[in-house]
Amino acid sequence: MVDTGDTAWMLVSTALVLLMVIGLGLFYAGLVRSKNTLNTFMMCVAALAVATITWALVGYSLAFDGDAKIIGGLDHALLNGVGFEPRDGTTIPHLVFFAFQATFCIITTALVSGAVVERMRFAPFLVFSALWSVLVYAVLAHWAFGGGWLQQQGTLDFAGGVPVEMGSGFSALAAALVVGARKDYGRQALLPHNAVYVLLGAGLLWFGWFGFNGGSGFSTGNASVLAFTNTLLTPACTLLVWFLLDLARGRQVTAIGAATAIVVGCVGITPAGGFISPAWAMVLGALVALPCYAVVMWRPRTRVDETLDVLAAHGVAGFFGIIFIGFFASESWNGVADGAAFGNLDQLGSQMVAALAAPVYAFAATYVLLKLVGALMPLRGSATEEAIGMDIIHHGEEAYATGEGALLIRAETGAEDGRKVPVEV
Amino acid sequence: MKLVIGIVRPDKVNDVLEALYRAEVRGFSLSRVQGHGGELDRVETYRGTRVQMGLSEKARFEIAVSEDFVDATIDALCEGAQTGEVGDGKIFVVPLERVVRIRTGESDRGAVTPVLK
Repeated sequence: MVDTGDTAWMLVSTALVLLMVIGLGLFYAGLVRSKNTLNTFMMCVAALAVATITWALVGYSLAFDGDAKIIGGLDHALLNGVGFEPRDGTTIPHLVFFAFQATFCIITTALVSGAVVERMRFAPFLVFSALWSVLVYAVLAHWAFGGGWLQQQGTLDFAGGVPVEMGSGFSALAAALVVGARKDYGRQALLPHNAVYVLLGAGLLWFGWFGFNGGSGFSTGNASVLAFTNTLLTPACTLLVWFLLDLARGRQVTAIGAATAIVVGCVGITPAGGFISPAWAMVLGALVALPCYAVVMWRPRTRVDETLDVLAAHGVAGFFGIIFIGFFASESWNGVADGAAFGNLDQLGSQMVAALAAPVYAFAATYVLLKLVGALMPLRGSATEEAIGMDIIHHGEEAYATGEGALLIRAETGAEDGRKVPVEV
Repeated sequence: MKLVIGIVRPDKVNDVLEALYRAEVRGFSLSRVQGHGGELDRVETYRGTRVQMGLSEKARFEIAVSEDFVDATIDALCEGAQTGEVGDGKIFVVPLERVVRIRTGESDRGAVTPVLK
C-alpha cells in the first residue's frame, strides 16, 4: 500500500541526494589546482550520466532483485517490473525506490574520482566508472541492502557505510595505486585553489545528506526522523573536535579542515543514523574525528597520492560508523537490535564481518578492474599534458578564461582541426 | 650590471626557482604575464563560440645581477625552464644604468649583492 506522505518525502530525498553530486563536484574542484578545476568537476558530472544509465540497465537489478547471497538477478534489468506498486517491504512506489537508490550509485561513483584527479584521462575514467558502478557498487549494495549475505547475517547499515563509504574509500586507495601519483607529487606543494568552493561544496553535501540519511528509512517513520536529526548532531560534534585538533596541532583552525570535518561527520553517521540514540550520535561525531584526522595528516607523508583523501574521509569514517553500531545500537531507539554495550555481543560480530569484507572486496575488485581498463587504453596522459592541465587538454576550456587574446573563429573557415586555424581578423 | 628578463612557462616556475637557488641568485621579481611567441594557437569552445587563444600564460622573471652573475643566471633560467617543446620562452639581457637599495641608499654593485647574515 503506497503511503502519500512517505512517497512525497522520498521524492524530495532523491532530489537532495542528487544535489550532493554537484556539491561534491564543487568540493573536489576547490581542492585541486586551478588548471584542473573543470576536469575534476566533470568527473562528478560524468557519474551523473554513466552511473544513472548502468543503474537502469543492470545495476539496480543486480543489487535489488532477489536475495541470493552474492549477487541479485536480472529480472529488473532496464526497469522491468519496476512500476507504481510499492516495493516489497516499503510504502513507496517501486519507481521512487529505484530512483532513490540510483542517486546513491551516482554519488558513490563520483566519490572514487577524488583519488585520481589531476592526472587520469577522461575517456578511461568514463569506462572505469561505468564498470565500477556495476561490478563494485551494485555488488556491495546487494550485500548490505538488497538481501545479500551481509544483510542475512545481521549486519546493520542504515544508509550505506558498506557500499557507499567503505566501497568508495577503499576503491579510491586501489585506484590511486594503479593510476600512480601526479608527476609533481612529493616534489612541489600542490595546493587547493579555492577554499570557498570547498566550504560551499561541503555545505551542499551536508544539506543533501539529510535526504541521504533521512530518506534511508524509506518513510517518514521513526527511523527516518532519528537519522535526520542525527545528521545534524554528528557533523557538528566532528566539526568542533576537528577545530580542537587543528588548534592543538598548529594553533589555527583551518577552513579546509572544517569542510573535511563536515564530510567526515556525515559519513560517520551514515551507517548508524537510524540505529543509535542522539546522544551516542554526538559521541560518534566527536570520536570519528580522531582516526580520520590522523589518516589525513599521515597520508601525504606516504608515496600514495590518494589525492583528495577519499580513504580518510569515507573509508575510515565509514568503517568507524559500522563498528560503532556494533557497540552502541539501541533497540529502544531503533526497534531492531541492541549493540554490545547493551548486552548483544553478536551484533558487534556481524558489524566486524562487514567492516572486513567490504574493504577487501572494494580494494581487490577495483584494483583488478582498473588494471584491465589500463591494459585497453592508457590511464593517464604525458607529463607535458599534466603540466598544461586537464581542463585545456581534455575539455578545451578554462575554468577562469579571461577572453584576452581570444579571437573568434568564423564558422565559414570550417576549421575542425582544433590546432592551427587560419583566421581573418 | 645587467637586467636579465626571463619569460617562462608557468608550470616551470618552481624548477626555475630551484635552479636560481642553486646558482645562488637570490634577488628577483616574478609576475604573471600573457604573451605570444610564435607557438601554435590553441582552440577553445564555449557553447557555440569557438575561439583561438592568441595569448598564452607565461611567468616573467626580472633579475638584476652584477656582471659575474649574468651567465650563471641565464644558465639557471635555461636549465629550469627548458622542455624542448615550442613555447619554452625567451631570455632578454639588457644593460642596467643604476640600481639603488632603498633601505640603505647603497647603489649599483652593493645594491644587487644579497645581504648575507
